[in-house]
Amino acid sequence: MFGLDKKDTMLLLLVAALTALAPFLLNPFPEGSALAQFNAGYPDLMQRFVIFGIFAIGFNILFGLTGYLSFGHAAFLGVGSYAAVWMFKLLSMNVLPAIVLAVVMSGLFALLIGYVSLRRSGIYFSILTLAFAQMMFALAYSVLTPITGGETGLQLALDDPRILDGGVETGGNIPVPGLFGMEMRDSVQLELGAWVFTFNFGYYFAAVVMLIAFYIAIRIFRSPFGMMLRAIKANQQRLNYTGLNTRPYTLAAFVISGMYAGLAGALMASMDPLAGAERMFWTASGEVVLMTILGGVGTLIGPILGAGAIKYMENIISKINSDILHNWFAFLPDGLEDLLVTLVYPFIGKGWHLTLGIIFMLVVIFLPGGLVEGGQRVARLFKSKKTDSSAAKPQTEPGE
Amino acid sequence: MDAIILQILNGLDKGSAYALIALGLTLIFGTLGVVNFAHGALFMIGAFCAVTLSRILTLSHVVVDSTKTDFLGRPLEVQVPYVYDIFGEATGAAVIDWAVPLSILFAIPVMLLVGVAMERGLIKYFYKRPHADQILVTFGLAIVLQEIIKYFYGANPIPTPAPAAFTGSFDFGAILGFDPNTIIYPYWRLVYFAFAAVIIGAVFAFLQFTTFGMVVRAGMADRETVGLLGINIDRRFTIMFGLAAAVAGLAGVMYTPINSPNYHMGMDFLVLSFVVVVVGGMGSLPGAVLAGFLLGVLESFASMREVIDLIPGINQVVIYLVAIVILLTRPRGLLGRKGVMED
Repeated sequence: MFGLDKKDTMLLLLVAALTALAPFLLNPFPEGSALAQFNAGYPDLMQRFVIFGIFAIGFNILFGLTGYLSFGHAAFLGVGSYAAVWMFKLLSMNVLPAIVLAVVMSGLFALLIGYVSLRRSGIYFSILTLAFAQMMFALAYSVLTPITGGETGLQLALDDPRILDGGVETGGNIPVPGLFGMEMRDSVQLELGAWVFTFNFGYYFAAVVMLIAFYIAIRIFRSPFGMMLRAIKANQQRLNYTGLNTRPYTLAAFVISGMYAGLAGALMASMDPLAGAERMFWTASGEVVLMTILGGVGTLIGPILGAGAIKYMENIISKINSDILHNWFAFLPDGLEDLLVTLVYPFIGKGWHLTLGIIFMLVVIFLPGGLVEGGQRVARLFKSKKTDSSAAKPQTEPGE
Repeated sequence: MDAIILQILNGLDKGSAYALIALGLTLIFGTLGVVNFAHGALFMIGAFCAVTLSRILTLSHVVVDSTKTDFLGRPLEVQVPYVYDIFGEATGAAVIDWAVPLSILFAIPVMLLVGVAMERGLIKYFYKRPHADQILVTFGLAIVLQEIIKYFYGANPIPTPAPAAFTGSFDFGAILGFDPNTIIYPYWRLVYFAFAAVIIGAVFAFLQFTTFGMVVRAGMADRETVGLLGINIDRRFTIMFGLAAAVAGLAGVMYTPINSPNYHMGMDFLVLSFVVVVVGGMGSLPGAVLAGFLLGVLESFASMREVIDLIPGINQVVIYLVAIVILLTRPRGLLGRKGVMED
């Protein structure tokens, strides 16, 4: 189907099913119960899952296939956000032109930065991309304030021109982004017994965009072009010796992944029409690296898993406080309860970055293939119990 | 003329910090071949060594001073640091006043220990892995270290003043024959520059004039041959890692009066220090020092009003701009050896 082989079609359908049913799957606990805080099925967080999923898929096309570690990818996310907000201001609150302009702009920036940065490889490439991103951040924060809004960020205003929406009455409110009459924040709530499920238009729109992006990524992975990128990761020197110029291929991969980042930025601006320079800061670039590594570099599904895992931790773990901990351990004797709470407390709430750092280090040290490799190992464990011969089969390494 | 001298002076203290951190980074890269993204965290830990020592020194117990009374008429309760009991009041006050310079003595063993523990506990397992993995694992370590510091010390900057003797400013212009008060410069920044110069000199002397340093230099040039000669080069490289950590830590200790330490100060410096290392030339110690001072001075020139009026925003980006130009035109950096990480 769609020019994919059976396995990839299954993967695509699986991801499609998971994203379509996410409002149910992420809300397994009834409203008001003690575990309700682990529910992730609210629109804001679900939107972030898919948007950062797109960002990570794009980053993986560069890092996973070619092995070039960009430490400045958030710059393209920022460019995409700014472009989208400007489109909302000048043209229309419809998200489609905003997305198109964002992708084009981030593609242009990626072309420029990639052309310069890709002259070097290895750690020099990382530092070059980092330098460009920091430069863009510093300029967006200070000198380019008329374009970027500086410290306050770029916001919509009542008297924006909005040429195409000119006749539409706004009623004194700043209009919200939408798609042909449907607003991104439109939600339908479904109550089933104690459960409340929210279906948000913005989420489903972003999810459809992510599925398209995911499909394109699968096609790239399976194409001769993807094969060439893998060859560059495996041994660039040998490719050069055979008379191939690798730079057009790496540049293409860089531009594509920059466009993915711009797309993610445009979607972020569509859900909440605000763009700030902090989206381009190098910690934001670090975050997408974390997502991709955590999920599994060079695998198809890995980046989506990693993005979901990190955004879930960021939103859920950071919400747990010491009272909730005391509730959990209430069944224990008092002394033991206090001890456990004191032990666990540094890792939750405001300390969630510590948990993230530790998990990330453990993954890099013991599980370089990320969650996907972890899953494969567990699967192998179960398989080898049935037949020992299957364990001896060579494993296909991701991205090599 | 006076403006130029002032900018050079202004650039020196930041340049000193860059040079010290970049020196440590280069030591680690040159000996162990590891790209250490946690080096900024070591700088930060050094700064918090100073905070810790000044907190230890000011640990107090309550003494009732019956000669005075508070506004309710009760005898006044006075906090008396334990240091006063040990050294007497005058010496005790001086000890607390000099907490930051004293922290050097405290920080050296702590940083050596942290460095060696880091190398033995983690970095050792990453020699054979690709540079990307080294970057990633040390990046994770940096996050963990800075979150630990944040947990114990909070997220706000902690002011740590310099000794009272160094709080004033020094009228530099008066010596050189300019009008008074045209070139004034805080004493502590002069101290920082002198301190950095001493440390850098000490590291170079150590490498140049001791047998240990000679072996390390030989190992940097050709690790395998030195190993074949029956020398335990790994152990020496571990010590060099500790030394690099101590250099970063001392840079942090002395920087606390200039900038109140907070948990993310290391990351702020790290990004720039990497740029410094690249400009100086990967693996070149003199290059790292030269580039550190050069970029520090360049940054302060770029923040002159006249320059900003000419090219808006240049003060924010000048270092990165220089790095990009250097990387594209002279990939091995200013003083880099030919063939070391040049691709």
